[in-house]
Amino acid sequence: MSEKEKKQETNISRRSFLKGVGTGTVAATVAPAILVSDAETAEAQTDGAVSTAKIQLNINEKLYEIEVEARTTLLTVLRDGIDTGGNNVDLTGAKLICDRGECGGCTVLVDGKAVYACMMLAMDTQGKQITTVEGIANGDNLHPVQEAFIKHDAMMCGFCTPGFIVSSVALLNENKKPTSAEIKDGLSGNTCRCGTYPFIFDAVETASEKM
Amino acid sequence: MASWGEASQSRLIGKRIARLSGKDKVTGKAKYTFDINRPEMLYGRILRSEVAHANVTDLDLTRAEALPGVKAVIPLTEVGRKLRYQGQEIAAVAAETDDIAKDALRLIYVELEELPFVVTEADAMAEGAPQIRDDWKGNQSNPGINEDGDVDAAFSEAAVTVEATYHTPVQTHVCLETHGHVVEWTDENNLTVWASTQAVFGVRNDLARRFELPANQVRVITEHMGGGFGSKFNAGVEGLAAVRLSRMTERPVKLMLTRKAEHLVAGNRPSMTQHVKAGATRDGRLIAYDMRGYGTGGISSGAGFNAPYVYHVPNRRTERFNVAVNAGNQRAMRAPGHPQGAFAMDSLMDELAEKLGMNPLEFRRINDSSEVRQAQYTLGAQEIGWHRRNNVPGSGTGVKKRGMGVGSGLWGGGGGRGTQARVTINADGTVEAVTGTQDIGTGIRTVIAIIVAEELGLAPTDISVKVGDSGPGLPSGGSGGSQTTASVAPVIKTAAAAAKQKLFEHVAPLLQAPVDDLRIGTGKIYVASDRTKTVTWKQATGQLGQESISEGGNWDQELRQGGVAGTQFAEVEVDTQTGHVKVLKIVAVQDCGLAINRLTTESQINGGVIMGLGQALLEERIMDPQTGRMLNANLEDYKVPGTFEIPEIKSIVFDTHRKVTGVGEPPCIPTLGAIANAVHNAIGVRIRELPITPDKILTALAEKKA
Repeated sequence: MSEKEKKQETNISRRSFLKGVGTGTVAATVAPAILVSDAETAEAQTDGAVSTAKIQLNINEKLYEIEVEARTTLLTVLRDGIDTGGNNVDLTGAKLICDRGECGGCTVLVDGKAVYACMMLAMDTQGKQITTVEGIANGDNLHPVQEAFIKHDAMMCGFCTPGFIVSSVALLNENKKPTSAEIKDGLSGNTCRCGTYPFIFDAVETASEKM
Repeated sequence: MASWGEASQSRLIGKRIARLSGKDKVTGKAKYTFDINRPEMLYGRILRSEVAHANVTDLDLTRAEALPGVKAVIPLTEVGRKLRYQGQEIAAVAAETDDIAKDALRLIYVELEELPFVVTEADAMAEGAPQIRDDWKGNQSNPGINEDGDVDAAFSEAAVTVEATYHTPVQTHVCLETHGHVVEWTDENNLTVWASTQAVFGVRNDLARRFELPANQVRVITEHMGGGFGSKFNAGVEGLAAVRLSRMTERPVKLMLTRKAEHLVAGNRPSMTQHVKAGATRDGRLIAYDMRGYGTGGISSGAGFNAPYVYHVPNRRTERFNVAVNAGNQRAMRAPGHPQGAFAMDSLMDELAEKLGMNPLEFRRINDSSEVRQAQYTLGAQEIGWHRRNNVPGSGTGVKKRGMGVGSGLWGGGGGRGTQARVTINADGTVEAVTGTQDIGTGIRTVIAIIVAEELGLAPTDISVKVGDSGPGLPSGGSGGSQTTASVAPVIKTAAAAAKQKLFEHVAPLLQAPVDDLRIGTGKIYVASDRTKTVTWKQATGQLGQESISEGGNWDQELRQGGVAGTQFAEVEVDTQTGHVKVLKIVAVQDCGLAINRLTTESQINGGVIMGLGQALLEERIMDPQTGRMLNANLEDYKVPGTFEIPEIKSIVFDTHRKVTGVGEPPCIPTLGAIANAVHNAIGVRIRELPITPDKILTALAEKKA
């Protein structure tokens, strides 16, 4: 082991993290708290120890065969996945925004329930019906929620819009005539930064009248 | 002289028209930079400092390079250099998958010698604080001092004076699509870049300069953009790193910032602290103003704010300076300097009015020289029901108390030269409008279609609008300063008019009429002096044969105007047991000049109000003085408004004149003061420090009781 490797061994110990914080002078590694466990993961990767599995997923009524790691999220499969035939899944409507189940940008339906695809492992969605924003319309016929979003301008930059569409559809599937308080509650798991909320509420109300 | 014509004659302009990108956005088909997947594309990631201030003493990339799937690792700092804030770049990797890129970052060995740091303004200004900039004395810039009139004499004449300190914290942009790029070298000398940017041509020129390429060999594309509030104008460290990684690997590279990095390094609105003293006469004239204030823009400067603001003060002295801290740099954020200045000024106005025993709206009327805002005060007061306001602040009964407040703002937004555009009419009747602006969600794509369609008698959906691409070589400025519409609209309008004129020349022989006797009707061209003589649009364009018409436009001063006024009224309900503030209603009366699309203009006003509400009640970058880190660099702990915070918003597009202006920024300005004043009116105590969180309300109520 070289001198540097020895130093690194030391630097990823919990003790050196504690030493590194607060004193202001002791050498510290970057993100030492995370390094402890994650260096091992990374090392395992180096040894080729991470195993993959082929799974089948039913997305928008189409079957995809995909090789995934245990850690692969449903969102990663949708956006970056490549099927065993070498084709990109390329369902990029769902967005990764907060990366921790807070903003709803990655909302999809799994067996009809709205879920955050960033918080769901791909493995766990085998045998379930996955519907993304791309699967909400019936061919060229837009869903009433989609029609209403366009009519009311319930979007600006539109980056959060796929998540709001899917959440709105899930809400109306469960509650055909939500009150305005129920609309706010039903969409409370989604975040918009442009501030389109008032028109989103209007759109969901309009859609509810059409369903 | 060019004009937009009378409202009564407009078929499309000023109406509510659905945005052209709507269908793509609701179906998930709209491709943002983050969604671009190229063949053989690699994933880039950046390793960042977790400490606020350090010397780099060792950096070893070899173990990361050896990880299977890693294709390139580059240093973004070097041994001997200083890292000056959490999040500063250390190295970048490109790998076959994003997960491998994450793994690779953990294998990069960095040794840092930590240096003393300061991350709060108070610590930076404290006696004996470590100096963190070499070019300043201490951590403060030289103050800028301005004086007008005779301040001391004015104070001696004042019947009432107020002395107070107002503070707004650092706010971050929180663009939902983080900053980032997908980079592809199409060959050795040609670079294509998908960028999440507010300035397609700005990024093109930036990259061309840095990589010593002719500008026309760099193509920047931004078809859709996931949120830009002033921070996305350059390629940035991440963009340059992506280009280098792509060059090294000869493969496309996608490199988007993480959510955490977005908070740390992608810009923020500087903080503001101002100690202000002001005086007014018994009859309500604001005559004296003395302000000493500062803010932090991180390690850089640029923490300016407007003070005094909106209301006229004849005698004033201001002193302001920057405070440096070890934190990421500020960048322009939606109406830079205005919202924080407005919060302080509107709070101050209310405090003076209260001392005078005057209705705060009356006090504003006396000191506001804007005729537009005077009219807006009347309309806004009616809409909110100002007569229901507590005459005595805090006089409501019960646990939940209601109150009302008002705030004001102003902005420029008159556009500028520099946009080139082309409107093309083809023989098959199709029409194309091309320019190098970008639609960052404001709806400029639809505005362009409306203008061309109005001019040519077509529907907006008939116009194929191409923006967000430097490829056609038709430059336009960055989308900032609320300048886009006023810069682009005149050029599009004159280009469409020129194309129409050319079409008339082709059609005149067919209609056997002179060119100047031809007019556009809906889907047709007719002869003004004999309306029975008419051809359909398709018949007309059929005259072109193998040709097509393609015309440029020019920036016509007469079609645009800068300078907008706005005012907002807020009604809130404060729970005196929990300290929770619920905004019930906001009335936003916004001068919009000529609103080309009333629907998207209303969207912009709603959005401004909601961002202002976030700044008033929720948003704050929290720095830990012990570790030098940001404690809430995520979307859980950094609170932006969600569905439960949204009040009833009455967005009023206040028509003033028939010239185009910009409204992206102004509606976020008056909200803060209106809410803060409403809170005071509800509970009778004033919160002078944003955000107005429950702890501050409860503390203030407890102090009042004691």
